Amino acid sequence: MAKKEEEKMEGETKEELVKEEVQEEHGEVDEAKQPMEEADSSEEPTEAEEKKEEMTRERVEAMQHFVFKQVSSIVFGVLSPKMLKKMASAKIVTPELYDKEGYPVDGGLMDVRLGVIDPGLRCKTCGSKLKECIGHFGYIELARPVIHIKLINIVYDLLRSTCRECSRILIPEDKIKKITKQLDTIEEEEGIEARRAMVKKVIADLKTINKCPHCKAKQNKITLEKPSTFMENEKRLSPIDVRARLEKIPDEDCVVFGINPVASRPEWMVLTILPIPPVTVRPSITLESGERSEDDLTHKLGDIVRINQRLFENINAGAPEIIIEDLWDLLQYHVTTFFDNNIAQLPPARHRSGQPLKTITDRIKSKEGRIRHNLAGKRTNFCARTVISPDPMLQINEVGVPLTVAMKLTVPETVNEWNAAYLKKFVERGPGVYPGANYIIRPDGKKKKITDETKEAALEELQPGYKVERHLMDGDVGIFNRQPSLHRMSMMCHRVKVLPYRTLRLNPVVCAPYNADFDGDEMNLHIPQTEEARAEAEILMEVQTQIVSPRYGLSVIGCIHDGISGNYILTKMLSMPREEAVELLSSAGVMDFSQLPGKKVVSGAEIFSAVLPADFNFRGKSKSGEEVVIENGKLVKGVMDKVSLGGEGAGLLLRSLHKKYGAAETVKVLHRILCLGVETLVKHGLSALISDTDMPDEANEKIQNILNTAEEEVNQVIEKFKAGELDAYPGKTLKETLELKILEILNRSRTKCGVVIKEYANKNAFSIIMAESGAVGSYLNISQISACAGQQVLRGKRIEKGYKGRTLSHFKKGDLSPAAHGFVRHGFKHGLKPHEFFFHAILGRDSLMDTALRTPKSGYLYRRLANAMQDLRVEYDESVRDANGRIIQFKYGEDGIDVARSESGKIDVQKIIDET
Amino acid sequence: MAKKIDITKHVLVPKHTLVSEAEKKRITDNLKLSGSELPRILKTDPALAGLKAKDGDIIKITRISRTAGETIFYRRVISA
Ligand SMILES: [Mg+2]
Ligand SMILES: [Zn+2]
Ligand SMILES: [Zn+2]
Repeated sequence: MAKKEEEKMEGETKEELVKEEVQEEHGEVDEAKQPMEEADSSEEPTEAEEKKEEMTRERVEAMQHFVFKQVSSIVFGVLSPKMLKKMASAKIVTPELYDKEGYPVDGGLMDVRLGVIDPGLRCKTCGSKLKECIGHFGYIELARPVIHIKLINIVYDLLRSTCRECSRILIPEDKIKKITKQLDTIEEEEGIEARRAMVKKVIADLKTINKCPHCKAKQNKITLEKPSTFMENEKRLSPIDVRARLEKIPDEDCVVFGINPVASRPEWMVLTILPIPPVTVRPSITLESGERSEDDLTHKLGDIVRINQRLFENINAGAPEIIIEDLWDLLQYHVTTFFDNNIAQLPPARHRSGQPLKTITDRIKSKEGRIRHNLAGKRTNFCARTVISPDPMLQINEVGVPLTVAMKLTVPETVNEWNAAYLKKFVERGPGVYPGANYIIRPDGKKKKITDETKEAALEELQPGYKVERHLMDGDVGIFNRQPSLHRMSMMCHRVKVLPYRTLRLNPVVCAPYNADFDGDEMNLHIPQTEEARAEAEILMEVQTQIVSPRYGLSVIGCIHDGISGNYILTKMLSMPREEAVELLSSAGVMDFSQLPGKKVVSGAEIFSAVLPADFNFRGKSKSGEEVVIENGKLVKGVMDKVSLGGEGAGLLLRSLHKKYGAAETVKVLHRILCLGVETLVKHGLSALISDTDMPDEANEKIQNILNTAEEEVNQVIEKFKAGELDAYPGKTLKETLELKILEILNRSRTKCGVVIKEYANKNAFSIIMAESGAVGSYLNISQISACAGQQVLRGKRIEKGYKGRTLSHFKKGDLSPAAHGFVRHGFKHGLKPHEFFFHAILGRDSLMDTALRTPKSGYLYRRLANAMQDLRVEYDESVRDANGRIIQFKYGEDGIDVARSESGKIDVQKIIDET
Repeated sequence: MAKKIDITKHVLVPKHTLVSEAEKKRITDNLKLSGSELPRILKTDPALAGLKAKDGDIIKITRISRTAGETIFYRRVISA
C-alpha cells in the first residue's frame, strides 16, 4: 500500500517542489498582465495606457537580456523518501571517515561525492573545484523508522484526530467537505493566519471523540510520552505503527489538518531515510598538529550511521526484540539530537570534553544563529573603531581620523585620462607614505597590492578603467556611528579630517545626538565605497540634515558645557576694548568685523551679535525667565544660555536660525557661537572652586532653622500618629499616610534650602555660573553640597530595610524620626555622619543595580518595537499602513504633522502668516 | 442588586457611531479600500451595544487625541 501511494505521489511532488522552471518568456506574461487587464476594463485603450504598455514591453525586453531563470513560486513541505533519494548523490553506509592513507572512504561521511573541502581536488559529482562546488546531499537508509522530532506535535495531532482502524479524520463525511470549503473562504477573506487558527480549532474538538464516524471503531486514548514515544492505552506505538496509520490518511482529510498532501504526506514525517548534508556545510578543520578535527554535525552523523549499522546487523542476525528495541531507541535519540540538541527531556549529546554538540537547530536559532547573526547581521570592511575625544576646533560635520587609520582605510578612485597623472602620484608613494595608495584594481576586478616590488609594474600597467584604492584624505565622506543606534542621528555622515594621534575626534556639539561622552566611549567610522553610496550619505545623512530631530521638531545639536557657560559669561558680564574683541572673534574664526560697533569699548552682547546674521530677529526667554531679544542681528536684551544655545530640545535660538536660514547656515553660525564660547573661557578662565559653594553665616543660619523646623514638624506628626489623631489619606493606611506626610515635609525643607541657596549664592562664582547658564549642574546639586543632602528615597519610600524593626543598630526599634530613615541633614561639603553616609551608599548601589538591569530590558523592548514597526509607512493619503496595506493610523500621528518639519510637534500657522 | 451601567456613557469609552451607506462609500473610495485594510471590531464588542451593527458595517470612533485634539478612527464590524 505504502509503496503504491508513494509512487502515485511521486510525479506530482517533483514538479511542485522544483518549480524553478526556465522562464525566458514567462517574465513577459507576468509583467504585461497588469496593464493588459486595465486595458480590458475600459472600452478602448487610451493613449497613455498604450504608452505604458509599450514601456512595460521595453522593460521586459531589457530584462530578458539578463534573466534566464526566474523563481515563479516556492512550496514549503516535507521531503519524501523518494525525493531524498533522488537528490542524493551518495548512499552512506559506513561510519568510517578516512582510510589509512587519509583518503575519504567511499560510502563514508566524508565521501568525495558529497562535495570538496580540500583545495586542489575536484568534486566527484559535479566536477567543480573548491568554492565552485556547493556540495551535494547523501542519504542513509534507516534500519527502522524514527519520528522527526520537529514534527512530533503534528504527528501527535494526526494520531489523536484520526481513526485507529480506517485512518479517516474523526469527522463525518458530509462535514469534511463543508469544513474544507469554510477554510478556503476564511483564507480568502482574512488571510492564512485565520485559516491556521480555524484548523487549530477544528482539530482541538476531535481529541475527545471515541467512536469513528466512518467505520464505527472504538477509539483509544493516545498520549505522547515526551520527547518522542507514543502510547495507546499504556501500550507503546512504535514508529512503524505510527507510520502505518499516517500512510492510510486520505489526501482529502489532510487538507482539514492544514497539510498540503502534495508537498507533505503525513507519513513522511516519520523518517525512513535520513538526508546527509553535504561536507561543505560541515567542513573539517586541520589543526596545527596536522590532526583533523571534524565538525559537530559530522560527529553526530557518525553516531547515527554507527548505531544504524548495528541495528541492521542485529536485525539480520535475528537478535532478541529487547536488544533491537534498545538500539532503535538509541537511533531515535541520535536522530533527534541531530536535529535539535536542546530537547528538554533528553540529555544533550556532548563532546568528549563535555561541551554539548552544536547541531542543526543551534546553527539556525538565536542571536548567534544563521538568521540573526549571518543573514540579519551584517559585517563590513572599510571601517574603523577607536576611542573618541572632543575637539571644538573641528567643524561640526567633521570627524578627526588618526593618520594610522587613514593609511589603512581607502577610497577607490577610477582612473580616467584627466586624473591619471594625479592618481599615479598616489601609487608612486605606495602604502607607506601618506597620502598614498594600497591597491590597484584591474577592470576585470582583480585586486593587486602595491608593494615596493610591485610598484613599478603597477605604475606601468595603470590606465583609464583601472581603480586606485587611495588613502583616506581630508574631505572624504564617512559614516560615523555610536552604539546603541537608537535613532537615525546615531549614524551621521561626517567629512574626514586626518589628524595626528590615535583617537577619532568629534565636535562636542554632536555629543547629544550620539549620546557620547569621553570617559572611554568608542565609535565606529565607515567609508562608503561607491559614488552612489557617497551621494546618498551626503544627501540623507550629513550632520547638517540632522539638526532638527524628528522626535520633537527641535534642535538635537547644540552647545554643551563651555559653549554655553562661555557665551553666558560673554553676554552677561563682559566688556572689553575693541582690539581684544577683534582678537576674540578672529580666534573664533570670524573674519568680518563690520558688525562690531566702532566704539573704544564693546560689550559682550555686541561681540556675540557679530556672529549672527545681520537680519536675524528672535524673541525668547532665558533660563531664569528674563526676556531675550535679538533685533536685526543684535542681541539687545537678555543673556545667552542653555535655552537658546543648548541641544536636545533646548536651543530655541538655533531652531529659529534653522528655520530662517536653513541647515548649512545654522551649522556655520553654531560653530562660530561654540568657538566664541570656548575662546571666551580661554581668555576669561573658568575653574570650579570649593569656595563657590560657601554660604554667608546668615544663609547657614536660615538653613539650620529650616531643617530644625522641619524635624520639629515631623516629630509633631509622629506624635499625632502615636496618639491616633492622624487622619488617613483616602485609600491609604495610617502608617502610609504618616510616611507620605513625613516625606512631604522633608522634601519641602530641601526645596526651601534651595531657595535660600539661590538667594545667597555668589552669582559670580564659577559653579553658580555653570548652574545658572545650564551648562552643567543645578541649584539642587549646589544646595546638596552646601546645605543638606536631603532625604534618601528608595523606591518612592524612606529607607525601611535593615534590621528587625529598625534600619541600623544605632537606632531604637520603631524609631520613626527622619534621621533613622535616611534623612541626611548635612551637606556634602560639611561631611556626612556615618549612618548618613551609609544611607547614601544604599541609594548609590540601588541606582547602579537599576541601570545595569534596565539597559538590557529597554534594549529588548526597543528591538520588539523596531521589528513590529519596521515596514509601516505613510502613504500619499496620509494614512499609515503596514506591508499588506492594512491601516494602522488614518492620519499620521492623528494630526498629520511631520514632526521634523514642525516646532515641538506644532505648526503655528498664525506665526507663518505674520512672518510672510 | 447590582446597578446596570451603560459603559458607552463612560468618559473613557470613545464615541462609537454607525456609518451610513453613503458615508461608507465615501470612506472606501477615499482610502481605496478593497476589503481587509480596515482595523476590525467584534460585533459583540460592548461599545457597540444598541448600534445594531451588521457584518461589514463601518463604525466611526471619535477619540480624544493628544496631538490632534479629536481624531476619527474607523473599524469594520466582524462577527467572529
Ligand atoms: Mg561614556
Ligand atoms: Zn560538486
Ligand atoms: Zn474508522
